[in-house]
Amino acid sequence: MTAILRRTIAVSLVLFGTAAAAAGPTEGHDPLRGRTAVDDMTRPPSIPTAENRDLKRTRSYAMQPPTIPHSIENYQIDRFANRCLMCHARARAGETQATPISITHYTDRDGNFLADVAPRRYFCDTCHVVQMDIKPEVAVQNTFEDVDSVVRRSQARAKAVPKKK
Amino acid sequence: MRDLLKRYWRTLSTPSKFYSLGFLVVSGFIGGILFWGGFNTAMELTNTEQFCTGCHEMRENVYQELQATIHFTNRSGVRAKCSDCHVPKDWTHKMARKMQASKEVWGKIFGSIDTREKFLEKRIELAQREWARLKANDSLECRNCHDFNSMDLTRQGKRAADAHSTALEQRTKTCIDCHKGIAHRLPDMTHAELR
Repeated sequence: MTAILRRTIAVSLVLFGTAAAAAGPTEGHDPLRGRTAVDDMTRPPSIPTAENRDLKRTRSYAMQPPTIPHSIENYQIDRFANRCLMCHARARAGETQATPISITHYTDRDGNFLADVAPRRYFCDTCHVVQMDIKPEVAVQNTFEDVDSVVRRSQARAKAVPKKK
Repeated sequence: MRDLLKRYWRTLSTPSKFYSLGFLVVSGFIGGILFWGGFNTAMELTNTEQFCTGCHEMRENVYQELQATIHFTNRSGVRAKCSDCHVPKDWTHKMARKMQASKEVWGKIFGSIDTREKFLEKRIELAQREWARLKANDSLECRNCHDFNSMDLTRQGKRAADAHSTALEQRTKTCIDCHKGIAHRLPDMTHAELR
């Protein structure tokens, strides 16, 4: 075997190897597809349903828009009708025993009080959302801390450090 | 004209000269069956989804909205078609409704809702007419499937159970009072009673 032939084989082997590696990226790290091959179908997780227990949840902070404790599937909120207000409007809350919309929803951006819900507060689901019926471990993790625990910690720290006289 | 009527009346009132009584009775019987069967078949044909969505007014507007709702798409595969809610089941009321519906043929011919804008404009009137009909018959078409006595209130959500065990049970309210706009989108409710 001549040296030239040997070199040709070696080069072609290297080239073939690179080509094979380039042609078959069977494993990727697409955040949506995960480790599924390109020519394969993903099996998406099942869609969870909204929690529908009608129990008010604790607000995580004072100004938090309360989350919706019931399903709002197919609720119509458009310029024609607002299904939320059919129960949560001031005039309907007595009959339905739903929480009436708060006083903040009646002011326009200049602070004027209006007779009915302000147009900028009309689309309820801009701020108020349902919660899905899933285990907390499955949800996206975060480092949010309740303000009470922050205060308690700083108080504990103040107590631990002796005051100067 | 008068002579013509007289001649026909004479023919009808004199006994048959050629056909036997048996033949006339049997042929009348068979003819009756054919007529009645044909009449009912044609009547049922006007109750099909295909017939209702044959016109673009229904197909492009209300039928599109229906498809997203629980009465059309659901886990158990039970589907309510147009006539299940909009046409009474028993014969007398069905006939009455079908006769009223002849006005819809009039509307179709003269194009009272033949554009989306016209439909949206007229929608509140159409909806209120249907709500009044269901209110008057105590939501009969709902109750054809949703029987109060078969409802397990403990399997319902708290809000649903509360409403059903009070207003619905005491008959102070009927299904349509709360369940408006569940199979179609609601019309412009600005001037409607609801809300």
